[in-house]
Amino acid sequence: MYSDLVMQHFTDPQNVGVIEDADGVGKVGNPMCGDVMEMFIKVKDDRVEDVKFRTFGCGAAIATSSIATEMIKGKPLEEAVKLSNKAVADALGGLPAQKMHCSNLAADAVRAAIEDYRSKGKRAEE
Amino acid sequence: MGERRIVYLDHAATTSVDPQVVEAMLPFYTERYGNPSSLHSLGREARERVDEARATVAGILNCSSEEIIFTSCGTESDNLAIRGVSLMNRRRGDHIITSSIEHHAVSHTCEQLERQFGFEVTYLPVDEYGMVDPGDVEQAITETTILISIMYANNEMGTIQPISEIGELARSRGIPFHTDAVQAAGSLSLDVQELGVDLMSLSGHKFYGPKGVGVLYVREGVELLCCQTGGGHERGLRSGTENVACIVGLATALELAEERREEESKRLSGLRDHLIEGLLSSIDHCRLMGHPDKRLPNNANIAFEYVEGEGVLLGLDMAGIAASSGSACSTGSSDPSHVLSAMGVPPEVARGAIRMTLGHENTEEDVNGVLEILPAVVERLRVMSPLYGE
Repeated sequence: MYSDLVMQHFTDPQNVGVIEDADGVGKVGNPMCGDVMEMFIKVKDDRVEDVKFRTFGCGAAIATSSIATEMIKGKPLEEAVKLSNKAVADALGGLPAQKMHCSNLAADAVRAAIEDYRSKGKRAEE
Repeated sequence: MGERRIVYLDHAATTSVDPQVVEAMLPFYTERYGNPSSLHSLGREARERVDEARATVAGILNCSSEEIIFTSCGTESDNLAIRGVSLMNRRRGDHIITSSIEHHAVSHTCEQLERQFGFEVTYLPVDEYGMVDPGDVEQAITETTILISIMYANNEMGTIQPISEIGELARSRGIPFHTDAVQAAGSLSLDVQELGVDLMSLSGHKFYGPKGVGVLYVREGVELLCCQTGGGHERGLRSGTENVACIVGLATALELAEERREEESKRLSGLRDHLIEGLLSSIDHCRLMGHPDKRLPNNANIAFEYVEGEGVLLGLDMAGIAASSGSACSTGSSDPSHVLSAMGVPPEVARGAIRMTLGHENTEEDVNGVLEILPAVVERLRVMSPLYGE
């Protein structure tokens, strides 16, 4: 069912963990009816300096979270926020049709973390 | 990649075919391949073998040969029992009583009768152990009830239902009583007189017989609408050229299963208990699903909190252990197990439920292997989980 890349990210996920003093935190999903993803980012000079994730979900959920962190690490926020679920799925060599929604969640978590960072910044300015 | 033996713990899903059964079946593919309805000697011989198989099954179920119908699988048997009895008895009533923990072959058939045929169905609740209360069955009976269908033992969490009690009740009220006994064969008695059932479904590939064959027991006097019409086979109740090889295989397998039942049940429940106790004591935040005692001898279903079932199954699979779960992610549906939900298990806990069902080839060594590997699999996923430590 899963490609080698998906299995690789499942068995050896990148950037697992929490950032205590994160600049942005994105929490998406719902354990009752789906997966839950948490993404933490440190931002410097408008770039994703560091990123960590935690996920409750299936193999695809863990793999998509893992690769999403790799795809945004070091990138400018402008670029990171545009991360699409298709890009995530493609980077993993494709996902089974019924697992595509997992890639949505990963992209959503990235956007939520960046959104959180930006709204904090706005509040600081006010 | 080397030939590593897989520790197979998914016997509730399917079993291997016993070599004795394979041996019994093979001649019917290349040598004794006659159509039982043919006049010639090849046909007559096939007819005799089918009759023999039928008598064997009837002997084990303690009923007469005329009361045994061969089908293609447990699902077909369930469909025939429920749709067949319901549509045939329409003039007498349109109410069906079943439980909220049935296999989809029962529940979806009932749902179709509701949606498309205007039947009314009561889905009885279960307690936290997944047990149906015969008192609830009694309460649900109305003047228009024409069928009760309660499964003998549940495929997910193994709880064994009070079938004899419900059978007695159904008998006293003159209502046909069906049980899906697909998971019970090989573990529990199939004596239909003791059980007090009027219809019973069995499936060959759950007791070391081939896939593609099942049985429906129908007590004499119970009227059934034929759902697969054609040449009039199985006394007009299920047409289609008999799958002779598989019918012979099923009968052989059932005979072997019945011979071994007492000893094997004892052996398996010992392994099961060792597995359950070992896991509950070595992993925290986990609980047994289903009844602690009234459960199938080979079923260990444990829910591990804070992790998702498919992730655990993948981890086990990589270690050469085959198990299953009702987790939505692994089944492709978006809902958690309806069985665990009916038992009041919260969805996020139900998603971490892993079902391990033991069988013939499993040994103490296999159980020890699981006890060694599973804790680390769960721990690795918990460390990654946002729900752990909240």
